[in-house]
Amino acid sequence: MNGPQDLGGQMGFGPVAPEKDEPYFHADWERRALGVTLCAGAMGAWNIDESRHARESLHPADYYASSYYEIWIKALETLLKRHGFVSDSDLATGKAVDPAATPKRVLKAENVPAVLAKGGPCDRPIATSARFKLGDLVRTKNFHPTGHTRLPRYARGKQGVVEAVRDGFVFPDTNAHGQGENPQWVYTVAFDGAEIWGDGADPTLTVSIDAWESYLEPA
Amino acid sequence: MAMSHNHDHHHDNELDPFAARVRALETILTQKGLIDPTAIDVIVDTYETKIGPRNGAKVVAKAWVDADYAEWLKRDATAAIGSLGYTGRQGEHMQAVFNTADTHNLVVCTLCSCYPWSVLGLPPVWYKAPPYRSRAVIDPRGVLEEFGLTLPRTTKIRVWDSTAELRYLVVPMRPEGTEGWSEERLADLVTRDAMIGTGLAREPA
Repeated sequence: MNGPQDLGGQMGFGPVAPEKDEPYFHADWERRALGVTLCAGAMGAWNIDESRHARESLHPADYYASSYYEIWIKALETLLKRHGFVSDSDLATGKAVDPAATPKRVLKAENVPAVLAKGGPCDRPIATSARFKLGDLVRTKNFHPTGHTRLPRYARGKQGVVEAVRDGFVFPDTNAHGQGENPQWVYTVAFDGAEIWGDGADPTLTVSIDAWESYLEPA
Repeated sequence: MAMSHNHDHHHDNELDPFAARVRALETILTQKGLIDPTAIDVIVDTYETKIGPRNGAKVVAKAWVDADYAEWLKRDATAAIGSLGYTGRQGEHMQAVFNTADTHNLVVCTLCSCYPWSVLGLPPVWYKAPPYRSRAVIDPRGVLEEFGLTLPRTTKIRVWDSTAELRYLVVPMRPEGTEGWSEERLADLVTRDAMIGTGLAREPA
């Protein structure tokens, strides 16, 4: 979706303002927000693509006014409600009022190290051979889906070069919506700065994205 | 910075509405038996004390002193990094990109906050915020200036937008004057920002 998350090339946000010796957390609630988000995800009711889509589906004004942990928590409330784990009454009262759906699993403290060390690999075996090869000229499609996609707007309808053929990976555009993993080949595609930004682009700039096969057509 | 959390006190409830909102959510989920609050403590402790940029610095230092390891890192970063014990969440599919005399690499996630947690830990706030995410792809030199890094006009800039599940680690160039240094001493020169591309490795003092 052409949502607030799709930031590449947007203007007006001001300087980056890196913080010297930045702590991992700026308030204790951020620690709990990280942990609650990971524990809730570990219930197995949604995948990473659905959670990303919940975040980018915040109203743009809300998204831009929120810190990243605030975005996480707001999206988490959406996911928990959608999957029947919390209700509006629960949230309004701040305690468990309504019954909850049954999770696939509950992450226990003793299992945390193993679960974090394992992660959630998204590569999948893929039956078809890759359509493109190293060095191929490709053009990204120009599309504007209302659902989740990982092709940023700045890189749509642009010509680039296949710089690497990666692996088969879960396709987020369907996986985010409960429509299956449908793995596709992923490619690293490099674009000249001028192809993306036109006149005035930094002549030394190359930008690459990682693109699922269906985002690309031969140039 | 590690802290143990006492679930019986409500020190930040009255201070900040968002803190109260997070506490309420944690309370609801705990009462329903959906989460184990002590699991949260372990997660937080892991990312405050165990997984951070020191991991990535060891990878880089090893690549500087061991050409075979550097080659492995280039070819199969996930395995090469995994051999040092750094695996797992948000490091499942690693790529290492090497700075050279004429090319500087910079990593961003314009669409969210993808970041190689297994080697760099949790991302800093600026990495997740709109100014960096919007400008890194269109004005990388301007962004680098804000980090105090001015590159020669002739240096090629390669920006990697992490739009899929690959996670990128920049291997900065080894500073001059470090011949014969141990991996451990070299690792002290490798900053988090150097491994994102918003900095260079530190010069030896």
